[in-house]
Amino acid sequence: MESNKFLDAKGFACPMPVVRTKKAMEDLNSGEILEVHATDKGSKSDLTAWAKSGGHTVVQDAEEDGVFKFWIKKA
Amino acid sequence: MSKSVTTKDIARKIIANEELLILDVRNTDEYDNWKIEGGKIRVINEPYFNLLDGVDSLEIDKDKEIVVVCAKGGSSQMVAEMMEEAGFTKVYNLEGGMKAWSEHLEPVKIGDLNGGGALYQFVRLGKGCLSYFIESNGEAAIIDTARMIDAYETFAADKGVEIKHLIDTHLHADHISGGRALAEKAGGTYHLPPKDATEVTFDYSALEEGKDITVGNTKVVVHPIYSPGHTIGSTSFIIDDKYLLTGDILFVKSIGRPDLAGKAEDWVGDLRHTLYNKYKELSDDLLVLPAHYSFAEELGEGGKVAAKLGDLYKKNEGLNVEDESEFRRMVTENLPPQPNAYQEIRQTNMGKIKPEVEEQKEMESGPNRCAVEG
Repeated sequence: MESNKFLDAKGFACPMPVVRTKKAMEDLNSGEILEVHATDKGSKSDLTAWAKSGGHTVVQDAEEDGVFKFWIKKA
Repeated sequence: MSKSVTTKDIARKIIANEELLILDVRNTDEYDNWKIEGGKIRVINEPYFNLLDGVDSLEIDKDKEIVVVCAKGGSSQMVAEMMEEAGFTKVYNLEGGMKAWSEHLEPVKIGDLNGGGALYQFVRLGKGCLSYFIESNGEAAIIDTARMIDAYETFAADKGVEIKHLIDTHLHADHISGGRALAEKAGGTYHLPPKDATEVTFDYSALEEGKDITVGNTKVVVHPIYSPGHTIGSTSFIIDDKYLLTGDILFVKSIGRPDLAGKAEDWVGDLRHTLYNKYKELSDDLLVLPAHYSFAEELGEGGKVAAKLGDLYKKNEGLNVEDESEFRRMVTENLPPQPNAYQEIRQTNMGKIKPEVEEQKEMESGPNRCAVEG
């Protein structure tokens, strides 16, 4: 899936994946897509819940070889 | 740098019935599924990701003692530090978070035994699991040992007793048994009900009625009673004609569920027979000591989870369903969700799979959910 920006949050423990995602999201315009890769298991539910609380949309997610991938569309 | 507290500090507060305010910063789904409960604990939930721009939205008195909790301790530390910077004076981070809380075992003395020695209940507050440590004349037996076997080893060393018997009331589906591992390590015998052990991959000693287990020289007799229902092999124990260890058959406020091995329809009749006939023949004065509790209010004085059998026949709704078909409905329909990873946990307890420790911890996360409410 196409994205406007990529964030590699692999190897980071909670809360860093969400903290970094939030920061990266600040540089995007509304409607643009951020792709995030993380390995922290908690990031799956946390990133989804964080996106929801900020009005952003997780347009796609995947899990490959222990890496959680998210494509988040900015509100 | 914020100050921190350990799971032991929290356990002590719950058991002493002291007030404590907890700020749980996990996401709300996880919080709703499972949180710290008991005593005078009050918990509020605000996910850490809603606090990244500041903690001013928290409506908490800045001089109140507060413990911040998350899944593993990382996010709670960040929030605790932010709170400290914002002027909160008594904010602490729970080291290790809910993951550590799930593993904490708190020993509580139930009573002395006739032949010398004592019976202890190990309360796993984070999961509602209960195990029992019987010590008498230099020997010990443990019933329904949890995965964290070092807690029992330390306790045995403190008491100067040798662990001889590791007994499981049934094949567990909600937590990984530490019985076999501790038996191997301490050179003890691992006992299981044979009907629950038909698929196990290891040697064990079969629990059978009439085959009592002696702990210590003074004959503290652990007397097995076959009491199927939660599983087909479920076995209860009477110690000293005073204590009835019911496993997952009978709890203080509820009864066991018969469905975790996929045999609800087959086992519901056994469960009813055990609860409404077999236990009824026993003395009302026996102190029921279950393998679980599900509700914070079941945690009694001093952290004990126990009740007289006679009182349970009066108060426990699961023991007071006259109509058999209604009982059948109650324990087979509208059941709570099954425990996390319960099938993998059963396979692990049978020795069929051998997950890594980190994976085992993950499998055990969340509440036990072995009961049905009456």
